[in-house]
Order: sequence, then structure tokens, then C-alpha cells
Amino acid sequence: METVIERIEQGRFWQFHGGIHPPEMKFLTTNKPIRTVSLPQRLVLPIQQHIGEAGELIVKPGDYVLKGQPLTKTTVPLAVPIHAPTSGTIASIENHIIAHPSGLNEMSVILMPDGEDRWRERHIVENYSQLDKNTLVEKIANAGIAGMGGAGFPTHIKVNTKAKIDFLIINAAECEPYITADDLLMREHAASVIEGIKILDKILEPAFILIGIEDNKPEAIDALNHEIKQFDKIKLCVVPTKYPTGGEKQLIKILTGKEVPSGVLPSSLGIVMQNVGTCHAIAEAVISDTPLIKRVVTVTGQALEKPQNVWALLGTPIEHLLQECQYPQQQKRHIIMGGPMMGFSLPNTQVPVVKTTNCILAPSEKEIPDANQEIECIRCGQCAEVCPAQLLPQELQWHAKAKDSEQLTKLNLFDCIECGACAYVCPSHIPLVHYYRVSKAEIRQQKLLDIKAEKAKQRFEARKARLERDKKAREEKHKKAAEARRARMNSGTEEANKEKSAVAAALARVQAKKAQQSGVQANTTNDDKKSQVADAIARAKAKKAGQSAPNGDAGDDKKQQVAAAIARAKAKKLAAKEQANDDSAEENINAVETKPTSAQDDKKARVAAAVARAKAKKLAAQEQPSDVGTDDTGKSPETISSTAEDAKKARIAAAVAKAKAKKLAANTESDDQRTEGEAEASTKDKDDVMAEAIVEPPQETSTSTQDDKKARIAAAVAKAKAKKLAANTGSDDQRTEGEAEASTKDKAEVTAEAVVEPMQETSTSAQDDKKARIAAAVAKAKAKKQAANADTDVKQVEGEAKASTKDKTNVTAEADVEAAGETSTSAQDDKKARIAAAVAKAKAKKLAEKAQKDNQTS
Amino acid sequence: MAYWIASSPHNHIQDKTSALMRLVIYATIPGIIAQWYFFGWGNLIQIGLATVTALIAEFLVLSLREKNIKEQLFDGSAILTAVLIGISIPALAPWWVSVLGALFAIAIVKQLYGGLGHNPFNPAMAAYVMLLISFPVQMTLWQPPLSLMHHQLDFVNTLSVIFTNFTLDGYSVEQLRTHIDGFTMATPLDTVKTALTMGKTVEEAMTSPVIGEYFSVGWQWINAAFLLGGFVLIYKKAISWVTPASFLASIFVCSFIAFMVSPDTNTSTMFHWFSGATMLGAFFILTDPVSGATSVKGRIVFAALAGFLVFIIRKYGGYPDAVAFAVLLCNMAAPLIDQFTRPRTYGHQ
Ligand code: SF4
Ligand code: SF4
Repeated sequence: METVIERIEQGRFWQFHGGIHPPEMKFLTTNKPIRTVSLPQRLVLPIQQHIGEAGELIVKPGDYVLKGQPLTKTTVPLAVPIHAPTSGTIASIENHIIAHPSGLNEMSVILMPDGEDRWRERHIVENYSQLDKNTLVEKIANAGIAGMGGAGFPTHIKVNTKAKIDFLIINAAECEPYITADDLLMREHAASVIEGIKILDKILEPAFILIGIEDNKPEAIDALNHEIKQFDKIKLCVVPTKYPTGGEKQLIKILTGKEVPSGVLPSSLGIVMQNVGTCHAIAEAVISDTPLIKRVVTVTGQALEKPQNVWALLGTPIEHLLQECQYPQQQKRHIIMGGPMMGFSLPNTQVPVVKTTNCILAPSEKEIPDANQEIECIRCGQCAEVCPAQLLPQELQWHAKAKDSEQLTKLNLFDCIECGACAYVCPSHIPLVHYYRVSKAEIRQQKLLDIKAEKAKQRFEARKARLERDKKAREEKHKKAAEARRARMNSGTEEANKEKSAVAAALARVQAKKAQQSGVQANTTNDDKKSQVADAIARAKAKKAGQSAPNGDAGDDKKQQVAAAIARAKAKKLAAKEQANDDSAEENINAVETKPTSAQDDKKARVAAAVARAKAKKLAAQEQPSDVGTDDTGKSPETISSTAEDAKKARIAAAVAKAKAKKLAANTESDDQRTEGEAEASTKDKDDVMAEAIVEPPQETSTSTQDDKKARIAAAVAKAKAKKLAANTGSDDQRTEGEAEASTKDKAEVTAEAVVEPMQETSTSAQDDKKARIAAAVAKAKAKKQAANADTDVKQVEGEAKASTKDKTNVTAEADVEAAGETSTSAQDDKKARIAAAVAKAKAKKLAEKAQKDNQTS
Repeated sequence: MAYWIASSPHNHIQDKTSALMRLVIYATIPGIIAQWYFFGWGNLIQIGLATVTALIAEFLVLSLREKNIKEQLFDGSAILTAVLIGISIPALAPWWVSVLGALFAIAIVKQLYGGLGHNPFNPAMAAYVMLLISFPVQMTLWQPPLSLMHHQLDFVNTLSVIFTNFTLDGYSVEQLRTHIDGFTMATPLDTVKTALTMGKTVEEAMTSPVIGEYFSVGWQWINAAFLLGGFVLIYKKAISWVTPASFLASIFVCSFIAFMVSPDTNTSTMFHWFSGATMLGAFFILTDPVSGATSVKGRIVFAALAGFLVFIIRKYGGYPDAVAFAVLLCNMAAPLIDQFTRPRTYGHQ
């Protein structure tokens, strides 16, 4: 850094590559003072005049505003407020053409001056050195100051850097031809400019302050020299005139010999650059509380009769300034905002002066003739020689024409500062900068599209991953649940042992039953007693069924019983079917392992069974309409086992389960095609259901042994059911199959559980003679029925079943219908019950008769 | 009211490519005058023939390509090419040589590659090499300077020779080239080369009448005249000084080293500079922007390579002069040179 200062003190500077010497033409305006122009008819104030974001409007049409009153407020750091340049009324807030190369419209405040120029209240700061940094920065921000050299970057952001600053560089180069605004400002307001620099010094605390000024402004140099005499820290650097010395990167190179790396802010090198105009505005804002409402504009060009620098209020339409400087009426107008090298031609003179407007150029035809016809590049290389960014303009031009954005990026197109030096020297008159602008815009556009596409892709992939994850999680959950069950069984705890033994018992029961059944079958036709017993049971069942009819729900003891009855009846039916299919029984037992706790505790066992049944019913109800509930059903076994200790519930469940089973049976019968379709889907499931059915009947029998009444009832129910089932099965194999299939896998499992539970009960009863006998009776009854059904009876049963058919989903309803078929009376009413029993008996008899007939015939 | 919309920059140097070309053409005038002075009307006639042919060829091709004919026909590049062909062709070569050359240069070397700015080879030199290879006899019909000739060759006679191969008096080109002493006079470069192959030393070769007092009769002055024209171009900033300086320096260094190593078999540095087409090549041909390298560094490399090749070909090659070959070879290398001499962009490592 020392060497930098040494060199500067010796007047030796670095050089940037290239550069040109276009005719300066500054003589048009340098010799005249800055003039104040008359108030225009109206002011047009675009709410955004800087790089960043627009402030928020705080005035509305019709409001009267005072000079210096803010019109927008800032809510985000990059916003800069605008202020009323004079007092007057807000006429409207509308889109108005603004100072932009493509003649864009932007939201603007239209202010009608009242000519009084009344200030809002101002607070003059006598001694700003007492203010702290933040206050100063805040004052700058509130004054709406944005870089006045051309870019319009919010000044308060630029000076609020955290980096340690070695050099504060004041850009007074003003290298563009024609423009003398800064020159005049320095000459007339040198003191104010230096005050502004000192305020910046206080905020940034740089090691040195360098003012870079071209040697074509001797008067401004004198004026500044006079002001900075006492301040050692400020070095005035008079550099040779060359375009574009005033470029930020170029001036940094000239004064410090450093190059700002591509894509990096100068503050990373410890350098901050401010324009002289900005310094003046800062002094005004901090000291005299004057926001940025006017600026010096060079109105120049040989088409004007009186080119001159003017103090223009922001928002002044260009037309007004042109009139002030006597622009002749002419048909073809060529008006440029900014200098001839980097300015843009205006499509309209209603464009307002904004914070970055430093020059209005109205050249004569001779000065700046119409563009010459572009001819082919002759590779003369002159463009590359003058390019301050050391690019290869001719190569860029080829690739720009070929739209080869990859090559353009490789050749550092984005380091082009659009200074126009290349196009200025090109002998083929190729509008090089224009090509670069178009290419840059296209590449930016493409990048935006790429980003969008990338985002869309990411979204899609995230979604895919999420779905995948969900699926995995589900599978994992299922697997865990299954493992937990298995583990519980094998864990060796008491419970597990019980479970195991229960399973074993169940197996035993199944075998016993089989044996029994075969025995029974042999006897069926000629054992009167047994058939009587069966009749009795059937009656009891019917009664119970009648009870259940009105109300299939759990909680109420009676109802529970009814439900149980129904369930049992159903189970019986299934059992009937099952006889043909013994093998599958074993499979089911595994699935059913959940219930066994109750095996040694009768009550509990019953309860559990009931619960299981109830649940099964519910599940079945859900399951039938749709498969979606699979997950829920999968959980059911666990739930059932946990509830096993609650007696009442258990019973209810059992009842429900039975009821469901019945329903299934009924459904199957009623709708052949439907069931068949479903059926084929899963043969396995079918097996399960049947197995369940088998197991169930024994249970019923056993329960009844310990509790006579109940047992009897159950038996009756079971018989009734068995009859029905038998009827179905015998007559129409396919139909039954269909039924089985109708239940999805989950359903099947659930029912299987229900089945196993009963089995446990049965096993208990196995040691009790009575029970055994009853069971035998039941079995016989069933066998009889089955036989009967085998052919002729089918129709009748079917009819009954059909009554309940269509609504598969509503288990209870079905149960009701069925019950109604037998008895319409309620269980609590003895008479009715009796009637029901009678009916049941009648039916049973009929069946028996048929069966006999059949047997004989067969 | 009409607003005139344009993209920045709005001001512009007033130079145009056509003006640049014209300037280069004007800068050849001293050289042409010198040629006329020493060799008579021959080259002027050739220039005229080539120019007319070139313009016709350009016109035809441009109308086929439906380009902006008026603008491009007179952008000067075709005329410059024709002038360079006319200068390079032996003064007394038959008329069809220059016509063919100009046709080839414009229609094939320039326009077939896409027209101005797209031709990888210098059209004049490509045409010259084509002619040299196709018609070696006609292309070596360099007459001796007028001062050494015993026949007077005025304009009408020259015209007659070019179109009929004989002067009005019936002398053939061969007879015109014959020295009073009975031997055929070649160009100085040729002479030296022949002498060297015959085992003579450079010292002995230099005694030939075509060499004259300094480096070569006539040729040295023609080269000096082109050098003058070149200075004008540099002064006018029409060409950058880098290319000729690098080229001449390269020839100087090469021939100097060779001369130091073996003075008997190597001509002096100044002989290289002031004979053949050295100066024409340095200021008017290598500086052709289209087929050369673009960056300053690239141009230095480009011209230095050309100088080296000129020396090598002159010394070892089968043809007496080498500028055309060297230029073509360098044209081929130019894209590669450009690739490796890209400037470091501001703010990049
Ligand atoms: S406009 Fe860009 S390419 Fe042209 S000279 Fe300026 S920086 Fe270089
Ligand atoms: S200045 Fe123009 S003609 Fe010359 S190389 Fe650059 S683009 Fe091509």
C-alpha cells in the first residue's frame, strides 16, 4: 500500500489495457455555469430509480406533498425511497415510460408542482462529526441516494461494508465524451463534495482517499486542490484522459494497480468507489437534511442552440430540458440519455430525469450520423486492441452471431463492461456491443430456464423418493408387526407358552372334531336322539338369533348373546363346508394363535373369543366393500389378543365374529358371479376361512358344556348355521368357493383367529363328558343337515340367504335378516322365543327329512 | 416525430474498412512506380488485367450469392488483392496468367470460403502459389531490369509481349531476357541460388550483373519503395507495426546466424531484406488482417514464423522466393496461434 501511495505521489499510475480517445466534445458545456431551469408542468417520479427493489408507496393521488417529503418508504435493505422534488399535488400514480433502453413503463408518481416550492421541516446538522456511523448511514439511506455515476446502486449498502477499507476512491474521471456534469459540480461545489468525502471517511475509515480525475478538467482539479490542502489523507490523482478511465475496474487498476477479480466486489480488495455526484448528495443529505431531489444534468449536443449544464429536478421530462436549451423543432430526433459511448437513445422525450441521468445528448446529423451499414468483420483485431477488459470482441461477435453460448461464456462475455470501445473502433461498423447485450440476455434467460427445469426435476425426484420411502416404511411396519407376533410366541414367557399350548390344544381339538365328525356322519340318519338334541339346539339358537335381530351391537349382554349365537351359527356353516377340506385347518391355527390366553381361564377365554368375533365382524364389514383397509385388518390380531382379558368384550367379539362368518356365507350364496370373480383371486384365503369354520363349532360345543344354557344355545345356533352352510356347500360348490374368496386375505386371517378361539374352548370341554356328548350331538345334527342340503334343499336355503344378500357390508343387517327368517320375535319375549324354537324345529325336521331322502336316494 | 433508435456506442470512428483498403492500395504506389521504373510497363498491365478480372469475378459471385453488391464490390478488398497479384506476377508473363490468378483468388480463395473476412488464406498469395506450381515456366519469366536489357521495351511492345509472347519486332521473352554476353538473366535470388548450387561462393555469385552495386539492381529500390509505403501505413495506423517488425527481425536474426556460421554459403541479412518480395510481404501481405493472427502476441508469433519460413525456403527450397509459401503456411497456423495467444481477460488468472 505504501508503494501505491508513493507512486501516486510521484504522479505515476498504472495502465489498463486498451482504451480509446474519442472526440471529447466537452467544450460545448464546460465554459458555462450550471443553470437552474424553470419548474416543469409536471414531474414524473418512477418509484424505482436504482438497482434493487422499489420502495413502498406512502402517498395516494390527491395528496398534497411538501418539497423533500418522502413518497415511498423502504421496507427492505435494497430499497431506496424517493422524495417530492417540490411542493405540489399528486395527480396520479400510473405506469409511465421511464429511462430505460427498451422504453419500459414503470409505476411512477405524477406530481403537479404548485410553484411555491415549500419545504418540509428540515433539521440542519451543524457538526456531523458528532454523529455515529449508523446515524450517518441511516441519513444517507433516508435521503434516497443511489450511485449517481450511472449504475444507481444504493449508496447506503455500498458504504455499509464490513470489510476493512484501504482505499476510498472518488471517481471524478468523467471519461465519457460530452459530459461535464461532474466537472461543473466540482468547480462550483468543491467544498460540498469534499464534505461528502469526509462523511464517507468517517463511515468507512479508509487508510487513504484517492480522487481519480482526468487531466482534461484543470479547473475542477484546481478547485479540489484548494479544498483538500489541509487533508493529507486525500490524494488527488490526475490521470491521463482516456476512455474508459471512469470505469470502476479501470480506475482501480490505474490508481492501485490491482485488478478486481471477475465476479467479485471491489470491497473484497479493500476498495470502495464513489462518484463525486454521490459525495455531493451525501453532504447535502447529512448536513442540510436535503434528500436527493435534483441533480446536475449536462444537456448538450450540437443540435441544441444553448447546450448547458442544468440543475434538473428529478422527474423533469426530458422535453422540458430540451426546450430550456432550445432544441429546434425537427422531424427526425436523435436524443441520447447518457454519453455517446454508453448512453441509450430515447424513444420519447417524456422520459423523466432520474437519479442516474447525467447527460442528455442531442447531436446534430453531422456529429453522430446514422449507423453505417455493417459489413463483415475483417479480423483486423482493432477491437481487441482497445478492449479494456482484454476480451476478443471479434471472436465474441462470431459466437454471438452463431448463438454459441458455451463459447461466449468461455471467452468471458460476462466480463464485458459494455464500454463500447470495440464497436467504436471497428472499421466494419459492427454493432458489437449490441450483439453482446442480446447474447447476455439470452444466456441469462437460458440460465433461468435451466434453473427452473432443475427445480422441477428435483421436485419430481423428491416426490418419487418420498413415495418410495413411504412404501418401504409401510412394508417395514408390517414386517415388524409380524415379527413381534412371532417373537411373542417364541419368547418362552408364560404367555407365550400359553399361546403355544393353546395352539397345540387347538390342533388337538381340530383332530378330535374331525374324528367326531366322521363318527357323527356315520350315525346321522338313524340316531333319533341325537337329532332331537340337535333340534333343541336349533330352537335355542333361533330364539337367540331372534334376539340379535334388532340389535347386533356389543355392550348389552343379551345382545351379546345373540351375537354369539349368530356367530356360532355361521361358524357352523363354515364348518360344514370345511369337512371336505381338513388340510387347511392346520394352517389356520397358526394365524389364530392370538387367542389362547383364555384357554385356561374359561371366562376370559369366552370373553376373548367374543371380542375377537366382534372385531372380526367389524373388520369383515369394512373389508367387504373395499380392500383399502388392509392395514387395519392386519393389526387386528394384536388388538384382539390384548383385549382377550376383558370378558364381556370377548364374548361380544366372538359373537360378532360368528355373525360375520355367517354373513360371508350368505353373501357367497347370493351372488355367484360376483363371489366367483373374487374367489379366484385367492384360493388360499378361501382355505383359511374354511379352516376357521371348522374350528369354531367345537368351541361352541365346549362353551356350552360348562354353561349349560349357553352351551345349548350355542349348539343350536351352530346347528342352524351348519344347516345353512351345508345346504350351500352341498348344492353349489362353486358358490361356496366364491364366498371364501370374497373375503380378502386379511379378512380371512381375522376370521381364522375367531375360529381358533372357539377351538380353545372346545379343548377345555373335551375333558368334560357332557360337553363331549353335546358336541357329538351337534356334529351329528350338522352332518344330517349337510347330507340333506347336498342336493334338493339348496334352493330353499338359498332363498333365505338371498334375502340378506346384496348388502355385504352391513354384517348386522344380514344377521338380522337371517334371524328374521327364522323368528321375528325378540329373545326377551318368551313366547316369541318359543315360537322361534318351534319354527326352528320345524325347519330342522324338514331338513332332516330331506336329508334322509337324499341319503336314500343317493 | 421520428425518434432515431440505436444501440450504444453512438459515436464512431469515421474510418471504414473500405477506406482502410484504399489506403493500403495507395501505399503500394511507391513500389509500383519503382517497378515501372526498373521493369517497365509490364506490371502495370498485369495489375490492370488482374483488377478488371477480379472485379468481374467478384461481381459475378456476389450476384450469385445475392449479397449487397455495390457495398462489397468497392470495399477495396478485391482491388487490393488484384493489385498484389499484379505486382507479384513476372512483368512479361502472358496475360492469362494474371487473369487466371485473379479469378482464382477472388472466386475460389475468397468467395468460396464465405467472402470478405472468412477466407483462411491470403487470396493474392494463394493465387500466386497456384500459378507458380501450375505454370512454373511462365511464372519465372522475370525480365532483367531495363537498364540491363539491350532491347527497348516500351508500352506497346510490352503489351504485345504479354498478349502474343513477342515484341512488335518479333523478339521472344527468352531473347529479351538474354544478356549481351549471351546468358539468361534471372532474378538476383535466382542467380545466387543457382550460383550456390554450382558450388560458387556467395562472394562470387554477387558479381553477377543482376546484383549490381548493392544487393540487386532494381529490386533493392522496389523493396525500399514498399518499405516507404509500409511506413506510411504504420503512420496512418492502417496496419500495426508489430507484424512487419517481427517479420523483418525474424529474417534478420535467421540470416544473421546463418551468415555468421558460414559466410561463404549464406547471403547477407540485407540481401534478404532487399531482394525478392520481402518488403511487400512484410507490409502488405502479412498484415492482411483476415488471414493473419488477431492478437498482438499472436501477430508477433505469426510474423516471426513467416520470417523463419522465408529464410528456410529461400535457402533450402526448390523455388527462389519464399514469401508466398511462407505466408500460406502461416495462414494455416494462424487459428492455432490465436488459440494459444489469447489475452488474459481483466480480473482473470
Ligand atoms: S464493450 Fe466489451 S468487448 Fe467491447 S471493448 Fe468494451 S469491454 Fe471490450
Ligand atoms: S474491429 Fe471490427 S472488423 Fe476489426 S476485428 Fe474487431 S470486429 Fe472485426
